[in-house]
Amino acid sequence: MSVVPADVLPGGALGLDRAAPEPAELGPRPRLWPALTAVYRAQLSRARVARIPLLFVATFQSVGIMILMRGVVDGGGEAQAVVAGASVLVVAFVALNLLAQYFGQLRASGGLDHYATLPVPPAAVVLGAAGAYASFTVPGTVVTAVFGCVLFGLPLAHLWILAAVIPLAGAALAGLGAALGLLAPRPELATLLGQLGMSAALLLGVLPPERMPEAVRLARDLLPSTYGVEAFTRTFGPHPDWARVLGDLAVCGVVGVISLTVATWAYRRAAVR
Amino acid sequence: MCAVRGLTKTYPAARGRRGVPATPEVRATNDVRLDIRRGEIFGLLGPNGAGKSTLVRQLTGLMRPDRGSVEILGHDIVRHPERASRILAYLGQESSALDELTVSLAAETTGRLRGLDVRSARAERDDVLDELGLAPLAGRPLKKLSGGQRRLACVAAALVGERPLLVLDEPTTGMDPVARRAVWSAVDRRRAERGTTVLLVTHNVIEAETVLDRVAVLDRGTVIACDSPSGLKEQVAGEVRVDLVWREAAPLHVPEVAALRDRVVESGRRWTLRLAPEEARTVVATVTGGAAFAALDDFTLATPSLEDVYLALGGAVRQGLVKA
Repeated sequence: MSVVPADVLPGGALGLDRAAPEPAELGPRPRLWPALTAVYRAQLSRARVARIPLLFVATFQSVGIMILMRGVVDGGGEAQAVVAGASVLVVAFVALNLLAQYFGQLRASGGLDHYATLPVPPAAVVLGAAGAYASFTVPGTVVTAVFGCVLFGLPLAHLWILAAVIPLAGAALAGLGAALGLLAPRPELATLLGQLGMSAALLLGVLPPERMPEAVRLARDLLPSTYGVEAFTRTFGPHPDWARVLGDLAVCGVVGVISLTVATWAYRRAAVR
Repeated sequence: MCAVRGLTKTYPAARGRRGVPATPEVRATNDVRLDIRRGEIFGLLGPNGAGKSTLVRQLTGLMRPDRGSVEILGHDIVRHPERASRILAYLGQESSALDELTVSLAAETTGRLRGLDVRSARAERDDVLDELGLAPLAGRPLKKLSGGQRRLACVAAALVGERPLLVLDEPTTGMDPVARRAVWSAVDRRRAERGTTVLLVTHNVIEAETVLDRVAVLDRGTVIACDSPSGLKEQVAGEVRVDLVWREAAPLHVPEVAALRDRVVESGRRWTLRLAPEEARTVVATVTGGAAFAALDDFTLATPSLEDVYLALGGAVRQGLVKA
């Protein structure tokens, strides 16, 4: 079908190779910020196509759990823990569980090739996806928190703390989810790990810690979502201890940095085999 | 512009597990040597499992070869696989990274990731979508499109952001003739205007014959021939192919037909014979006259195709070259 004979092409085409041993100019060098913005925007747009799983399921689940707990818990510290736990659970569901599944499937289906054959820094792919998944949790977390406060009669005054809890807990959990999804040898395992992580966040985050045995409490301390829950819980009191809130959030931030670094390394490893 | 020397990749043997039988070591590409010239459409032809995709993954820096070298436009891709993404555009077989994006955003994002700024990415996106006739589908997510349309959208993404080498792995799978023509005229235009080189993976014989300048035939990881399609066909020029389709069963009571039986490749009602021209004429005369004609449904007489070349070269017979 081609009608252009190769020797009339610009630059004398065929003979050129031997004449010009100089390596050709490469396309633009990969740059983090433009690539990150492009990946983030593209990932964010997926919410329009997959609205129900990405935005609604987690909220319904958390609201349902709070309604159930309403019958067991009667106000006070326990109610605060339930509302905070249910709100952070939305983050765990989307950022950890769904992101682990997404990367697991992308890796298994060969979808990573698309990014690996573009000049994109690995961190841009991981941070762009993690950022988008953390963003998906914003409406659900806010709705859950407000609904919970109304349901249990808690003050709405310090809900602004969510503006720090969502990105920091989001970074920690999305980094963990991305790392699990990219490291799991099979997509089913990525799904399983994501589900387990989410279940842990559910059981250890929503149930008040005072009634738990020592071993379970230790596990609770190891889970990054716990620190998001604790920070949020502390702000319900009449005189919140802001230093400890900050300390909890700092733990989330540090875990976020570490887990996103691991995820970036895992991406690099998964992309080139 | 692209020189491949001694490229070898072996997949290690896998131990069997419950329900999964053990697989022996597989040599996916074996000492492959290729030279692709600037501005040509170079094809890799072979059946499924011949090693085409493995070879392409090594050329695009996605997979490290065990041995051998790949040099594209003077850059050593084995030592610097990350440079591949700055020289070439790759269209893989999978679209899962783009499935939930709209056609327009898939093309724009890919252009952005190739280093275009927002304004030029959008301008190029619009040009490419118009060129491929995708503009009416621009707002639809890839997931909601038919297979051929989705493939076309992936081609659009591959074309945004200029690259001197396009590596296209079965780009026209599932496309209707209009879409195919749009793809080949878009490719041809880039070739005429910018001297773009194309490496095309295909197992579609007809497409290979019509679009390729040169073709390397791969069989079990080895290049068994490399020439222009017509050059390859000259190797089997002495033969023609006769296809006979019988209404129900072959009329074996006719002695001339019964005599052919040892030399045919039978598939259902269809008999395929490869014969010298003189002999073919006799066969056609026999079956179109006399007793055999009553049993004959259809017949064709054809000059050799690339598939005949492939078979004549000793390729893994009847394993999956597609004629469509």
